[in-house]
Amino acid sequence: MEEYEMKVTKIKNGTVIDHIPAGKALSVLSLLELTGKEGYTIALVMNVKSRKLGIKDVVKVENLEINPNLLNRLALIAPEATINIIRDYKVYEKRKIALQDVVENILKCNNPTCISRQYNEPIISSFRVISKKPLKLKCNYCMRYLNESEVIEQIVERSKF
Amino acid sequence: MNMNWFNRDIITIENFSREELEHLFNIADKYMNIKFKDSLKGKIIANLFLEPSTRTRVSFEVAAKRLGAEVVNVTGEYASIKKGESLYDTLKMLDSYCDLIIIRSPIEGSAQFAADICEHPVINAGDGTLNHPTQAMIDLYTIKNTFNRLDKLNIGVYGDLKYGRAVVSFILAISKYDNKIYAISPEQLKIRNEIKDELLNKGVKIEEFTNLEHVISELDVLYVTRLQKERFVDLAEYERVRGSYKLDLKSLEKSKPNMIVMHPLPRVEELTYELDSTSKQAYFRQAKFGIPLRMAILSLIFGVEV
Ligand SMILES: [Zn+2]
Repeated sequence: MEEYEMKVTKIKNGTVIDHIPAGKALSVLSLLELTGKEGYTIALVMNVKSRKLGIKDVVKVENLEINPNLLNRLALIAPEATINIIRDYKVYEKRKIALQDVVENILKCNNPTCISRQYNEPIISSFRVISKKPLKLKCNYCMRYLNESEVIEQIVERSKF
Repeated sequence: MNMNWFNRDIITIENFSREELEHLFNIADKYMNIKFKDSLKGKIIANLFLEPSTRTRVSFEVAAKRLGAEVVNVTGEYASIKKGESLYDTLKMLDSYCDLIIIRSPIEGSAQFAADICEHPVINAGDGTLNHPTQAMIDLYTIKNTFNRLDKLNIGVYGDLKYGRAVVSFILAISKYDNKIYAISPEQLKIRNEIKDELLNKGVKIEEFTNLEHVISELDVLYVTRLQKERFVDLAEYERVRGSYKLDLKSLEKSKPNMIVMHPLPRVEELTYELDSTSKQAYFRQAKFGIPLRMAILSLIFGVEV
């Protein structure tokens, strides 16, 4: 039995996201568009000992099987995360996350004179993934790079409550 | 009708193959001595210029008129468009009135955005610090016209290689061919990593320098652009650098006899007037080629014969 299971009870139905880099659990919730207002019971365990990562965070969301498209976003900050869909206390499905080639509408281009940054235009940001490790994205409009630390900074900034 | 060109958006030089460019240059040759044709009669072209640029706007307008098209000029600043309507709405309107839209904007990605939302073809006449594809086509055409080839040349690019969209587009264009590129610029205006990575991935031979004197004797082409004061964080640095980025007869002393000097114009002070009357001066020819080349572009997009 892993340590965190003693801290948070097993869920009957829902999603468990494990192997999140320590300190990124709030960012994971933000990327999954979970604010708490949806009414789901959410358990967040931070800084659990892990063989794989040293320390890690874990997120459990009860009664929600998170949409795979949303889950793929996690690859931006938690590429090693593992997803378990739980039904009736059992792991019903293990899902892998994969970063898609194009990341739309999540991140902001760092170039203030990029068309995707003009607030009055009906446009969403769009980046092409040019490297996964280290993460490197390229804006599809102005071609500027967005590197891993900038991506993390943006997501962390957004997840501050 | 060439289907690769018909109805095509021209957003970045990177989208064009050598074969497509070759075809364009052949058509431009035919327009070299044609003053007027009415092959685009009845077509209306929108010239949407959201930052000042007399040269490019007039060049497109003249090319269109020499083919019998009508031109509507819409000028203003992106900042003032912002207060009134969005670029999106302006484009939607022009797209419903006109047959082709030419756009110049200080905002990077504007042309791609325009192409995404307009049904009619869009030509990028410069977007921010990013692309100026028709200028790059003219530049290649000038080199081909001079050397009768586009490869096996030593190409120097000189000045602001970070923000100068013309020179960046030129670098992307000339690197489609087997050439050696000498990138000469002040430290803070070196080619952006995004562009350099792209070049290195393609195996382009490119080397960076800060001093023209060290390489001048090796060059076949020297492409000069102006340094823009507003690009310098430190004005003292600008003052220090601008003096050394001036091209005069003396700085060309050691250059090859057949070497040419190109410049997208307008110049500020980086090209001295004494160069104008030398055989190395190619920038007026380069400017002149803008008309037959843009005539060729327009006729190819509309699918009309020469
Ligand atoms: Zn951008």
